[in-house]
Amino acid sequence: MRVPLSWLREYVDLPAGETGRDVAARLVAAGLEVETVEQLGADLKGPLVVGRVLAIEELTGFKKPIRYCQVDVGDANGTGEPQNIVCGARNFAVGDKVVVVLPGAVLPGPFPIAARQTYGKTSEGMICSARELGMGDDHDGIIVLPRETVPGTDAIELLELVDEVLDIAVTPDRGYCLSMRGVAREAATAYGLPLADPALLDVPQANADGYPVRVEDAAGCDRFTARTVSGIEPSAVSPIWMQRRLQKAGMRPVSLTVDVTNYVMLEIGQPLHAYDRSRLAGTVSVRRARAGEKLRTLDGAERALDAGDLLICDESGPIGLAGVMGGASTEIADHAVDAESGQVLGTTDVVIEAAHFDPVSVARTARRHKLSSEAAKRFERGVDPQAAPAAAQRAVDLLVLIAGGTAGGGVTDVVAPQPDRTLAIPADHPDRVAGTVYGRETVTRRLQEVGCSVSGTDVLTVVPPSWRPDLTDPNDLAEEVIRLEGYDNVPSRMPQVPPGRGLTAAQRRLRRVGRALAAAGHVEVQNYPFLGEAAFDALGLDADDPRRTTVKLVNPLNHEEPALRTTLLPGLLATLHRNVSRGSGDVALFETGLVFRPRDERTTAPRPPVDRRPTDEELAALDAALPHQPRRVAVALAGEREPAGWWGQGRPALWADAIEAGRTVARAAGVELIVRQDQHAPWHPGRCAALLVAGADGTERLVGHAGELHPRVVKAMRLPERTCAMEIDLDLLSADGEKPVTAPHVSAYPVATQDVALVVDASVPAADVEAALRAGAGPLLESLRLFDVFTGEQLGEGRKSLAYALRFRAPDRTLTAEEASAARDAAVAEAVARTGAVLRGA
Amino acid sequence: MSAPNKSYDPVEVEALKPEEVERMRDEALAAVAAAGDLDALHAVKVAHTGDRSPLALANREIGALPPHAKADAGKRVGQARGAVNQALARRREELEAERDARVLVEEAVDVTLPYDRAPLGARHPLTTLTELIQDTFTAMGYTVAEGPEVEAEWLNFDALNLGPDHPARTMQDTFWVAAPDGGADSGVVLRTHTSPVQARTMLHGEPPIYVVCPGRTFRTDELDATHTPVFGQVEGLAVDEGITFADLKGTLEHFASAMFGDDLEKRWRPSYFPFTEPSAEIDLQCFVCRGASVGNPDRPCRTCSSEGWIELGGCGVVNPRVLVACGIDPDRYSGFAFGLGLERILMNRSGVEDMRDMVEGDVRFTLPFGMEI
Repeated sequence: MRVPLSWLREYVDLPAGETGRDVAARLVAAGLEVETVEQLGADLKGPLVVGRVLAIEELTGFKKPIRYCQVDVGDANGTGEPQNIVCGARNFAVGDKVVVVLPGAVLPGPFPIAARQTYGKTSEGMICSARELGMGDDHDGIIVLPRETVPGTDAIELLELVDEVLDIAVTPDRGYCLSMRGVAREAATAYGLPLADPALLDVPQANADGYPVRVEDAAGCDRFTARTVSGIEPSAVSPIWMQRRLQKAGMRPVSLTVDVTNYVMLEIGQPLHAYDRSRLAGTVSVRRARAGEKLRTLDGAERALDAGDLLICDESGPIGLAGVMGGASTEIADHAVDAESGQVLGTTDVVIEAAHFDPVSVARTARRHKLSSEAAKRFERGVDPQAAPAAAQRAVDLLVLIAGGTAGGGVTDVVAPQPDRTLAIPADHPDRVAGTVYGRETVTRRLQEVGCSVSGTDVLTVVPPSWRPDLTDPNDLAEEVIRLEGYDNVPSRMPQVPPGRGLTAAQRRLRRVGRALAAAGHVEVQNYPFLGEAAFDALGLDADDPRRTTVKLVNPLNHEEPALRTTLLPGLLATLHRNVSRGSGDVALFETGLVFRPRDERTTAPRPPVDRRPTDEELAALDAALPHQPRRVAVALAGEREPAGWWGQGRPALWADAIEAGRTVARAAGVELIVRQDQHAPWHPGRCAALLVAGADGTERLVGHAGELHPRVVKAMRLPERTCAMEIDLDLLSADGEKPVTAPHVSAYPVATQDVALVVDASVPAADVEAALRAGAGPLLESLRLFDVFTGEQLGEGRKSLAYALRFRAPDRTLTAEEASAARDAAVAEAVARTGAVLRGA
Repeated sequence: MSAPNKSYDPVEVEALKPEEVERMRDEALAAVAAAGDLDALHAVKVAHTGDRSPLALANREIGALPPHAKADAGKRVGQARGAVNQALARRREELEAERDARVLVEEAVDVTLPYDRAPLGARHPLTTLTELIQDTFTAMGYTVAEGPEVEAEWLNFDALNLGPDHPARTMQDTFWVAAPDGGADSGVVLRTHTSPVQARTMLHGEPPIYVVCPGRTFRTDELDATHTPVFGQVEGLAVDEGITFADLKGTLEHFASAMFGDDLEKRWRPSYFPFTEPSAEIDLQCFVCRGASVGNPDRPCRTCSSEGWIELGGCGVVNPRVLVACGIDPDRYSGFAFGLGLERILMNRSGVEDMRDMVEGDVRFTLPFGMEI
């Protein structure tokens, strides 16, 4: 809602020096979100005056037609002589009254005006358009003023060009503030001043002579007021003050009748509709749409109607979507003169509708037809049903006053009984909500300021005003009291929170994982979860890969990416690509986040009632409709893991770095990772590790994969060669929880070190050899480390040598050389037995 | 250097004459003093104290002396050898010290060489900011609750007093999840706020409840400098006996002071949320201009758009209708709830000017944030 300060002052006698910012601050404190305070004409400086066009000389020979005009500006130029002005616009004629800016003035921009040579003439100023004066962007044409304006008159004042406009974002509960009346009420309360309510009008009683109206759906329309005005002068235009107020409020002046309905809507908040009476066929009715009905609305669209749409009809059929938009067939006709007959055309007789429609019905129709209108916006948020007669009266008065119309004597007012909205609240309810003491007198006074009628002592009987349909619950009334008393005046207090236990084990673990990866040189990213089939194709997933089974969105932002991720890799690799393309070639990224895997049995979620807790079965059904959403962590690496420098060679990021990232995660989670050779898209079939953990029951479970990406994936995603990646399901990884670490016994006896080199088939995994050595070495083995892998001719084709350092130590004595050797021999024997290893040099 | 005399008079041994011993000693001392490095000193040591050295040979002659002369000669030779050995030791120390000094100088390095060998990592500032907010509330006794990102429509809307036709429901541009048949009436959405986690906490727990709910939320905004369809929230909920608006004020003001410092003014404005009544927004004095930019075109402030205030979040007293839907007795318990937008806090706190920087994952943006915020 755009509220011109000058207009607001018509209803509230604000202190003279009060600026828009001052008023905004008061309204903000009362709960209106004033987004901006626009300063109209702040940099405007005269002389800007009314001129009468005396003569027009058409200049030719230029790229576009140019006019050289003589304009009478009265005495405004100091000489009384006509002003010579060059003008490029053509929508004016000799005798028209226009707005002339004279040399020395400054137009908004700022744009200083001086006499200047142009098109071979001297132009002593400009004839102005609305846009040049900052009155609106909607057209470039010259403003042609009403005939009665006098040359030389100050146009800054005439056009009310200097003003302040408060732009208020009205929350859904404050529909009444979509009107000057509502905002003025808040301003009056905020300043403690009386309100001149524009809806307080003398309205004649309804009578039987009014335009016939039949409401067939009282639930959808609980009030329908109709008035008639005849004999409107079709050529009458809206007065400048009305046009200016409409413009400042953000609406475009259209025609007098339409302007009047818009003006009254802005003033009182009641949307009105004017029908051309000559185009109405008999009784107007309000009903729901029937199958197959269609309506062409004012915006020209032909709309297929839904059975839920509430319609205004006449005997010809639908003529309007109730509360949303009127139909084209009964539209007010613009003033025109028929070229052949010379007949003056245009609407002369109108029927004014001021009705009250069900907010839900209007909202649904507006949403269904994707049709947001000023009327629908107001009805959705609640319009004062008692304001309809006054609003209709106001429109009638304006049409009589301005357009020379005659008010019809008939008054139609179809009213359904209004529900009783009486509330009973303990007088101290606002105190108990706020945590302070206001007292009954303050509570009563504040509720009365809002417009409630209040009676009672300990328990207050409160009837909210008709314009506040949002006041339905005791807490709504409490809020009114608290906000008017000022939120800033509520004391601050700390609740007595019971002692907490800090983060859960899972929350701490997630932090450790993130810290460990960052400490190991990975940078965290957070990607969107949206993706499409193309991402899976790029990863080279099989057609039946379960990762292709996704949760899909009905309304994705991008139709190429309608699904939710089932793996973190597409987003992570895309971000890696972005970094590389921006010049960060050596990059190691990680992400933790949810992936979404549909359940085998997919259901829809119920919508239980809200007047009670759902049953456990209903809650279970809610959860059953949701996909699995496990948390994952993924890493992607490319380029150099360690750069070259003065210390020597650099080192490229390897498959091993990706697996090590998996180990880093597992260590942070307090879990030991088992690494196995595997083949799994999108990884290189020879450089892919399955990552597993041993469960509490000893069975192993797969938790993720790591390694180098398949070269085809690298190519498809335009990644650096040999890009590596890892992905682990953190929920699976940590499914057994964490046990406290059992402290090792640290022996102070000397260590005995034994090295062994074992030759095995190249296909034997090092992990198997190590496991065998550990198993064979027995309890004296303190540690074991593979320090060299060697292949060469002397070993034979397809063989490799693995060199291990074994450290033995006893907890209670110094080991003898014989004991250490015996343990080593046992270790080797086990490796020989399990893996076919041959002790090198033996 | 004199050679031993083989045809000697047993009384008159030339080498053991006092002047001869002194001469040998002095020669040795001079040679020690002249030794310029440890190698030369070693040669001097061999020449003057070795088995074949004059003093060693002279020492051997002592046995040939008559008994009365032995003691005297032995004493003189012994003193001479002692003096030479002492001189050798002193000189060695000197030369070793010289050598050490020289070698360590030669080993000097340029300690200003860069050593960017180990790659640097960092955590996303939105992650660490979430953690900081969580820690601030866990320090007050709160627990951290989490919930699904794909959420039941009932929990995201209905339970929170956002009925199917509530005007606010259309304000939140919701991503709808397709039903099994591909249709729109799945009853499942991408959560538009983390409030459903609050609902879950109430549905599955008993007061007193004091939780914060961090997480990702989704609305159908296109990504631009100030909007993102995926954004972070931390919401909080307290449900207990006697909870009032004053408790909410105290809690959020304490939080704001903990996050941004004690010296910034706070402003409370009435607002509207379906799930709270009364509803409020808390604004924080702009910590860049501290209000000096308001109405002052010469000092515009980008952080607060010269408004002087920065919106910290929305909040209010939990609407009793929400308590009812979540199985809490509204006659016995009351509550407050609040929601904080992570991106906005980060933009303000760290001067992030473009939302896209937080989204695109450019390592140059994230690295400076390190491990903590």
